[in-house]
Amino acid sequence: MTIEVHTLDDGAWISVNNERRISVSQLWRLATHDFCPCDEADVLVEAFREVGVSYPSIEARIVGECIKCGTDGVTDWVSVGRAIDGDFYPVVPESVHFPG
Amino acid sequence: MPSKVEGWKDEVYGAEIREHLFEFAEQGWEAIPDDEHDAWFERFKWWGLYHQRSGQESYFMMRIGTPNGVLEPGQLQAVGEIADEYARGPADNPEFGGAYCDWTTRQSIQLHWIRIEDVPAIFEKLEANGLSTIQACGDSWRNIVGCPVAGKDKHEHIDAWPIAEELHEEFKGNDAYSNMPRKWKVSVTGCDQGCGQGDINDLAFEPARKEIDGEEITGFNVRIGGGLSRKEPRFARDIDVFCTPEEASDISAGMSALFRDHGDRDNRFNARIKFLVDEWGPEKIRDTLQDEYIDYELETAGEDLRENYTYNAGHDEVHGDHVGVHEQPDGNYYVGLNVLVGRMGAADTLELADLAEKYGSGETRLTQRQNVILTDIPEENLDDLLAEPLLEDYSPDPHPFMRGSIACTGTEFCSLSIVETKNRQVRYARWLKDNVELPADMMDFHVHLSGCTASCAQPQIADISLRGMKSRKDDDVVEAFDIGLGGGLGENPHFADWIEMRVPADEVPGYIGNLLDVFEAEREEEESFREFIAARDEEELGELADPEETDYEDPYMHNTKQTWYPYAEDDDMEGRPTPARADGTPISADD
Ligand code: HEM
Ligand code: SF4
Ligand SMILES: [Zn+2]
Repeated sequence: MTIEVHTLDDGAWISVNNERRISVSQLWRLATHDFCPCDEADVLVEAFREVGVSYPSIEARIVGECIKCGTDGVTDWVSVGRAIDGDFYPVVPESVHFPG
Repeated sequence: MPSKVEGWKDEVYGAEIREHLFEFAEQGWEAIPDDEHDAWFERFKWWGLYHQRSGQESYFMMRIGTPNGVLEPGQLQAVGEIADEYARGPADNPEFGGAYCDWTTRQSIQLHWIRIEDVPAIFEKLEANGLSTIQACGDSWRNIVGCPVAGKDKHEHIDAWPIAEELHEEFKGNDAYSNMPRKWKVSVTGCDQGCGQGDINDLAFEPARKEIDGEEITGFNVRIGGGLSRKEPRFARDIDVFCTPEEASDISAGMSALFRDHGDRDNRFNARIKFLVDEWGPEKIRDTLQDEYIDYELETAGEDLRENYTYNAGHDEVHGDHVGVHEQPDGNYYVGLNVLVGRMGAADTLELADLAEKYGSGETRLTQRQNVILTDIPEENLDDLLAEPLLEDYSPDPHPFMRGSIACTGTEFCSLSIVETKNRQVRYARWLKDNVELPADMMDFHVHLSGCTASCAQPQIADISLRGMKSRKDDDVVEAFDIGLGGGLGENPHFADWIEMRVPADEVPGYIGNLLDVFEAEREEEESFREFIAARDEEELGELADPEETDYEDPYMHNTKQTWYPYAEDDDMEGRPTPARADGTPISADD
């Protein structure tokens, strides 16, 4: 099963198999990260900089800002969902993610 | 490696997209293969169609490019009729109703809820009236902007309208420049007040004069690489080139070819020419232009008129934002009307078109502050025009808070947005007008609100800049703003300094009120707001005022982006009536 992923409209969303699946404007919690000084970062996603596949995980680098401390920048690769038998199962943004 | 978008552009791009668009239109939305949606939506932008955000599948925003904001007699009526007939979606907007036009910050027109099936009929009507959506979005020459009263103003150094018109004719639909690495925004200014906003465009022609072979020539200096998007705003940089009016086309061709050939096609985030100017510096840009693209000796820059710039300079505005009644050189008048957040209902638009015909030449113009101007009004018609009821809603003498408000598209339709914008800004302006006193000598106070860092509402060049953000308040995620202060244009333009971060949206009006109280109490005599801000360092600015809840109520605090339409009675994404067939019936996923 091939899976087709890319970002569009200047990183406004991630398209998986030509369907808009993940969009900017949500808050993502990150743990064990080096994005900012917070133990648990609370990152507003302003754009997806890059997206890639590390089968079965779909990963992205997020352009955003931690709303706890104000640090802005680009995150390390964060899993945004999994591809199983060609179907895409997105993660829940509000749960805690571990970039790396 | 070239980006995904570049790959699609290699397959089909430019004028040829139209055939495909018409074919899909004839067969209907469902004829666009699912696995080709992204590629086609990217391409349709070139013809002015931007697929609306997630939750609004099968509906498009349509942008019509009106060079320099000029609408010839009859064109406004055509636009109003198109909006009335085709720009209706499954739900109304509570402030603006069911069909409306947006006048944009780049003197263009945007319509929403357009269905692909209607595109051929819309294009036919537009083209019959001399209008087009060509290259209104996408990686190409965008709408050319300038002083909206070019040719009609007493402060003119040179009438730039014929030049804007010539560039529009030359570069719209020109295959050699139809596939650029990214958008290409051009401003041509002839007015000595600086109201073409050249400083925030990719290529700016700015009024200048130069002695050449003993003769004083009136023309332009050239600046390159301005733009506001992301957190990377730049003012256009002086490349030390003087351009006669006759050379404007050659220099435009050279500069846009330079960008076409040398811009970054691997990384769209780095593609705008502002980044190439950062990397190369203005001298290398000039040398490359001279060596590779221009076959005569470029003149060095002439004497500019920037010290006279008063437009959005924070003081002594001469014709300011063009709102109000102003005499033209021919003895007629132009009357600029304030359109709050740039949005006008279709019925009002049609009435405005009638007024333009009845009292003036029928011509109307759009400004870069989202307002409209009626031109060529004979003096004897002024009183009757000013007594028209429509002018109660679109005033030539608006309250400063109404006058200064600009807002972008936001979560209503835009994919990139973080927060709701236009309806909120309408509520902010009304609350400020009713609750906050401005010093009596302040006629204009700019509050620009953008839903994200793309900065379509040009927040960085306002007295108060609002940029969409999120925050947590009492454990709930709420819509919020970063607040910047003291931005503007003029001889020495300045981007707002970001002072209060992540302020919940319902505390913003309270903050502005508190800030203006301090301003009133502490300002030096006649000190403008911008000067007041410039005189203080970041720490002092941070201590000036606090955000505060007031009796202002904000119905859009929840995550409006997670709805299919923020104002629908049932706004839940799951129950959305999209995508839909041409007649509006929803297409369900298991059809
Ligand atoms: C890929 C996403 C987008 C980006 C990066 C973007 C960026 C920008 C920027 C930088 C400007 C001009 C600010 C300046 O003067 O420098 C602009 C203008 C504007 N954009 Fe966007 N924009 C995007 C999508 C949209 C969408 C989806 C809409 C509406 C549905 C929209 C509406 C506007 C409007 C109304 C203007 C001002 C008018 C004009 O260009 O004629 N934008 N945009
Ligand atoms: S500033 Fe952002 S939210 Fe507003 S229209 Fe532009 S891209 Fe959309
Ligand atoms: Zn943090």
